[in-house]
Amino acid sequence: MSFINLKDKIVQVKIVYYGPGRCGKTTNLEYINRTYSKQIASEMVSLKTHGDRTLFFDFLPFDMGQIKGYDIKIQLYTVPGQVKYNATRKLVLRGVDGIVFVADAMEKQREKNIRSLNQLHENLQSYKESIFRIPLVMQYNKVDLKEHGIPILPTMVLEKDLNSRLKVPYFEASAITGYNVAATLKKIISSSVISIQKKLL
Amino acid sequence: MNYGIVSQEQLEQIDRILAEKLIKLGVDCVIIIDMAGNIITAKDNGESKYDVYSFAALAAGNFATVDAMAKLVGEQEFSLLFHKGQESNIHFSKIDDELLLISMFGRDISLGFLRLNVVDVIEKIRKVWDRK
Repeated sequence: MSFINLKDKIVQVKIVYYGPGRCGKTTNLEYINRTYSKQIASEMVSLKTHGDRTLFFDFLPFDMGQIKGYDIKIQLYTVPGQVKYNATRKLVLRGVDGIVFVADAMEKQREKNIRSLNQLHENLQSYKESIFRIPLVMQYNKVDLKEHGIPILPTMVLEKDLNSRLKVPYFEASAITGYNVAATLKKIISSSVISIQKKLL
Repeated sequence: MNYGIVSQEQLEQIDRILAEKLIKLGVDCVIIIDMAGNIITAKDNGESKYDVYSFAALAAGNFATVDAMAKLVGEQEFSLLFHKGQESNIHFSKIDDELLLISMFGRDISLGFLRLNVVDVIEKIRKVWDRK
């Protein structure tokens, strides 16, 4: 539920990065924070454990400029990826406008991606939202590992596993080097803003 | 999902209530947020410089966590939350299922006095909100 302030002409859009543990959700936000620091007025908030794992969420707000006279404030969140934290994952999804599903392209993570996506489906249902309706972008992260000789899943396999029914836009990416991080972000912002416009008209 | 749209007139009324009832009293900053972490409105005394957007995200998370804890001990909810510091304090109060009122204040206001006023403010805001 994005909130639209008619008095100050501000639209707040909530975008959540979702995915299995250690897939690179926080790394995506860290890269965005570094690269677009001019547009980001406040500091990135990270609630993490001593072992540097996300405990509750990361939060990064930034201004996208104006559309039809309205200031668009994008609020990026990540969820904690670890299996045991589903209760907090659910809390972060409350009122979400758009989701980036970050999948780990490493071969050994194949099962975890599928399980995480299924859980996203269930979690959205608990808010009477549907994974088939909400703006969603797939990001197949860690493609750079191929160069280091680590076996990664071909995009075709990831598409078949995760995106055969959803048929949403997808990007191969490397959050650590920044490859396609901005492309993913631009796509989810435009899908989310279009979806909000449609609902309002 | 329902989209939260409040009319300009309603927001102005709410802002006026906050200014008259809380800011005038000496509260540094008042924010109304929804449970998704969006800011509905924020008012301050002109001196405090808080990062209200990050604050809203954390406050919504904090309140949701406390709500989950309440259910674990068999309570419907903990509708009020208070954090005390050396120089500043934060008071959270639920307006309804969707909205939260957060007041940040210093040492010169007593908690009891603030709570009395917050109750009054919430009642008035509910009336404005119901007209939606």
